Amino acid sequence: MIAAITDPWWFQTTLRVVGGLAAVLLVAGTLVYLHLFKMVSFMQSRLGPMEAGPFGSLQLLAEVGKFIQKEDIFPRKADRFVFAAAPFVVLMSTFLLVVVVPGGPDAWFVDSEIGIYLGMAVSSVSVIGILMAGWGSASKYSLLGGLRATGQLIAYELPLILAVLGVVIQAETMNMQGIVLAQAEGEIFGWGAIGNPYILTQGVAFLIFLIAMQAELTQTPFDMPIAESELVTGYMTEYSGMRFLLFFIGEFATAGVFSAIAAVLFLGGWYIPGIDPANNIMNVLGPIVLITKVVVLTFIVFWVRFTFPRFREDQLQKLAWKVLIPIALANIVVTGVLKVAF
Amino acid sequence: MTGLVLAEFTTTEKWVVNSFWGVIAVAMVYAALRVVTTKNVVHAALWLVVVLAGVAVQFLFLGAEFVAVTQILVYIGAVIVLFLFGVMLTRASMGDDEGVGDEKRAMAAVVGILLLAVMAFALVDSFDDIEIITDGPQSVTTVSDSIFSQYIVPFEAVSVLLLAALIGAIVVARQD
Repeated sequence: MIAAITDPWWFQTTLRVVGGLAAVLLVAGTLVYLHLFKMVSFMQSRLGPMEAGPFGSLQLLAEVGKFIQKEDIFPRKADRFVFAAAPFVVLMSTFLLVVVVPGGPDAWFVDSEIGIYLGMAVSSVSVIGILMAGWGSASKYSLLGGLRATGQLIAYELPLILAVLGVVIQAETMNMQGIVLAQAEGEIFGWGAIGNPYILTQGVAFLIFLIAMQAELTQTPFDMPIAESELVTGYMTEYSGMRFLLFFIGEFATAGVFSAIAAVLFLGGWYIPGIDPANNIMNVLGPIVLITKVVVLTFIVFWVRFTFPRFREDQLQKLAWKVLIPIALANIVVTGVLKVAF
Repeated sequence: MTGLVLAEFTTTEKWVVNSFWGVIAVAMVYAALRVVTTKNVVHAALWLVVVLAGVAVQFLFLGAEFVAVTQILVYIGAVIVLFLFGVMLTRASMGDDEGVGDEKRAMAAVVGILLLAVMAFALVDSFDDIEIITDGPQSVTTVSDSIFSQYIVPFEAVSVLLLAALIGAIVVARQD
């Protein structure tokens, strides 16, 4: 996704921005169509959108057009700047998150030594945007939703980061490419045909990561912040038109990006067993492999979302602090001991 | 592996970094002034985000990537969020909050100027003619090696201090 390193800095930067926009918006659009429009419809024995384009594939454009036409409403008592800026803060966090995901040996945005750490850091910025939305709307429902979202995101960020630590210890690097290569070159008891995807050795961490990810995305069963029967739609209640669309894109793009990170950490990222990871063809095949894994992982996310009922707020906090965090800590200890022992 | 700020950015085209440094420094000073002058507590916390984000970017320009990312994770992602959470939970009034710290303004200014003088003197005194060479990001290995060898005692002391603060907070909170 990035041209030769000899290009001037402004050209590289432009390329990265365009690539990032494409990576976020195309993936978000694909997920909305595949999962929200079609998969759910089939689960509920209906067809979903069929009119716009073949099999309703242009429905997305129609939806975007609808949102753009709508009036941009500000509540009278709202804090105008904070209210207006909040969706952009949330979306910015997603855009910064996507840069750490590598798509192939040379297809990356940022190949930083601290890759996954950077990702965890920028993903935590979205909480500020949610609090801004909740407070700036000057509405009870929004404020309650914002506070609930914050409590939940803080609680589930810990198991998320602790689950990642197990992988980092095993791969001996925080660099995302390094984690992919460590899996590609790994061996299962001396058998190296498919490498060693960390879902095998870090299966516990993978489960914790998936659960915490579901909560970070505030998808059902963790959708207390936008519980429609109690809070209308939580911190998004007062938003309409484009700004609501931004929150919506942010939600699905973040689902895609978090799934991509899970795919890199636990499912081997872009590598294909049997092909040399340094081979140039991987720059083309790699992104396709990665997106396939993203679609599979987001399928699980939305499958759970449309299957399970909602948690109660205290159950939700109890699950994070009393179950997930202790298990994640135990996983780190075991991983560390085994790492030193072998 | 590359840095978050491109390497050639910091070696051949120094003026780019230098001008960005200046712009961000001015923005940080303005935001810092707004933190203490705004009448709205939530706005003050949000201006503080701008200051802290500026600090993170300045660390990036110095090649200290790990420190920059830690700055984002700890200060923006945790400390400010707790500020906002606490403020919104207790006094989430919209608009200006009259009488926010009016009576202590003179004293605060004196303390602020004294602090600025002390820190400016300390920095100029110790780093006056030292040029930081940024020919690439500082490696995490270097950071961890120095923390766990040269600075192990301060590191452990800080850990114990944080643990004490944690226990103290629980004790205070449980006095219901």
